Amino acid sequence: MAEPRYTSDHEYIRVENGIGTIGISQYAQDKLGDIVFVELPAVGKVLSKGQEAAVVESVKAASEVYAPVSGEVVEVNEAIVANPELVNQDPEGNAWFLKIRIANPRELDQLMPEQAYKDYLETVE
Amino acid sequence: MTDMTTKFFAKGAQPSTHTGNRGLQIEEPLIFEAGALETSGVDFEEPEAFESRLGDVERHDSIGLPGLSEPETMRHYVRLSQKNYSIDTGIFPLGSCTMKHNPRINEKMARLPGFGDIHPLQPQKTIQGAIELMAVLSEWLTKLTGMPAVALSPKAGAHGELCGMTAIRAALEARGEAQTRRVVLVPDSAHGTNPATAALLGFEVRAVAADKDGTVRAAAVREALGPDVAAMMITNPNTCGLFEPEIAEIAAALHEAGAFLYCDGANFNAIAGRVRPGDLGIDAMHINLHKTFSTPHGGGGPGSGPVVFSESLAPFAPLPLIRKDGDSFALIENESETQGEHPFGRLVAFHGQMGMFVRAVSYMLSFGVDGVRQASEDAVLNANYIRAGLRDVMSQPFGDKVCMHEVLFDDSFLKGTGLSTLDFAKAMIDEGFHPMTVYFPLVVHGAMLIEPTESEGKQSLDQFIGALRSLVRAATQGDAERFKGAPHYAPRRRLDETRAARQPVLSYSPAQSKAAE
Repeated sequence: MAEPRYTSDHEYIRVENGIGTIGISQYAQDKLGDIVFVELPAVGKVLSKGQEAAVVESVKAASEVYAPVSGEVVEVNEAIVANPELVNQDPEGNAWFLKIRIANPRELDQLMPEQAYKDYLETVE
Repeated sequence: MTDMTTKFFAKGAQPSTHTGNRGLQIEEPLIFEAGALETSGVDFEEPEAFESRLGDVERHDSIGLPGLSEPETMRHYVRLSQKNYSIDTGIFPLGSCTMKHNPRINEKMARLPGFGDIHPLQPQKTIQGAIELMAVLSEWLTKLTGMPAVALSPKAGAHGELCGMTAIRAALEARGEAQTRRVVLVPDSAHGTNPATAALLGFEVRAVAADKDGTVRAAAVREALGPDVAAMMITNPNTCGLFEPEIAEIAAALHEAGAFLYCDGANFNAIAGRVRPGDLGIDAMHINLHKTFSTPHGGGGPGSGPVVFSESLAPFAPLPLIRKDGDSFALIENESETQGEHPFGRLVAFHGQMGMFVRAVSYMLSFGVDGVRQASEDAVLNANYIRAGLRDVMSQPFGDKVCMHEVLFDDSFLKGTGLSTLDFAKAMIDEGFHPMTVYFPLVVHGAMLIEPTESEGKQSLDQFIGALRSLVRAATQGDAERFKGAPHYAPRRRLDETRAARQPVLSYSPAQSKAAE
């Protein structure tokens, strides 16, 4: 599996053949607590970097999931809408949120590789 | 109901009883599960030679109404009312909510027949006193805020936001800028209703991050400003219980850029009589009468959220308008009767929450301006008394500094205990306290937001502080069971919030209730 890259808002993206798989990090699911609701965008929606892509709601809070890079939504993970708890169980694996066709691969350079994200988490704790 | 085969004091369990009642704390079923149909209603003898003309639409099955006798009905509702927790029961420290003192004289005033038994469609000449009361309330609100116009009709805070932001949109339309100014700035510590209001009106929300000290910098606002910005919505004092020190500078920056400043006045109780929002450059602000000028909040309402407007927004205030003509008062209900105003329409069918207006005016007149000011000072004093009583054992996210009417703690004092903010809050129930607001504002980790009512005396605050200090001690000394299982003494133990949110059962049906058993 491709290496993930992370945003400071705790989204990740894994890129394979120009398609980015987006979700929330292990840290994010842990901080949110039990997730009870997920809202995903429509397939075909064009997102720009930083735009709200999805909504995730836990018993504590509702948060937005922002698009780490720009692109068109090509697939969404309906399984997490039916069973939001999957996001708690496997956020960086099976419980991805959406896949986008990346419009501008250079935007990926602004995201953190895994180690940099881990270092970043040290600073926010 | 248990079969009593378990011992009363079975190890590790709650004492069990035959009825499920605990002492005089009565288990109350749903009204549909109580009583029986044969105990209620009237029996008519079947009329002679009766011929139904309903044909095949005649009903044969029961429609499922509950069947309770009068004494059973009384018991049902009295028992339910005894389960309620309110400011009349004890300290109700819900931060960001302001559980306001409601003097009993207000209730008496609201029930006067001239206020309580009138109808909004009565001829205006028969309800002059009621309209005059609305005019008196308007004058108090405009004087206290230093803003020239007010709309009384919004029914509560979020409705007030909708009113204020609609007026801003109307002003932009009048300037021909409604299409270009599409963005509303909102600080990340805002009430959730702020971005929701902006989104409902079709604006795009742009978040402005707060500084390390929990307040918004004018520089950050300036950076977010552009020709596409319609307004900023800010809460002051903010949801961290802090006064925004750069609010006037923020207002000036917005005005310079052609945008408006909306203020969420939910926390006006901290500054009423001390600060006039109009002097800070605010263009529109709602005032939750139920959080600042009494009325029973948290007891089911209703709320009331009048909105005050600056000079530039005043012409767009919604109908009805109140006009004094000599000795008589009139409600202007039609745009054709206006005199140069451009009301954006109307928000409600009638005139607003009359009963709340009466309570607010009763509060204002009985307290006086000096009393309103003192109530604000007492609210701030009480919050700081709690802060001072807990600051050495709990943790404040923005350092040890004076707060406004509510004090914010985070969960870092629980680090290493394995306990969460939720565990701590639930243990407060066992001590006889309604928990504070938890996990809000979202920008603070494991937030605990405590707002004591200004009418709480020293004795009650000392007991509250004492209980929390003792809970902190228990938490740090490893008494985790007390917290993990809490509440132990409430009618229900820890509720499964996750399952309630994931699989909500929103309507009653007998089959469902059987299945749940």
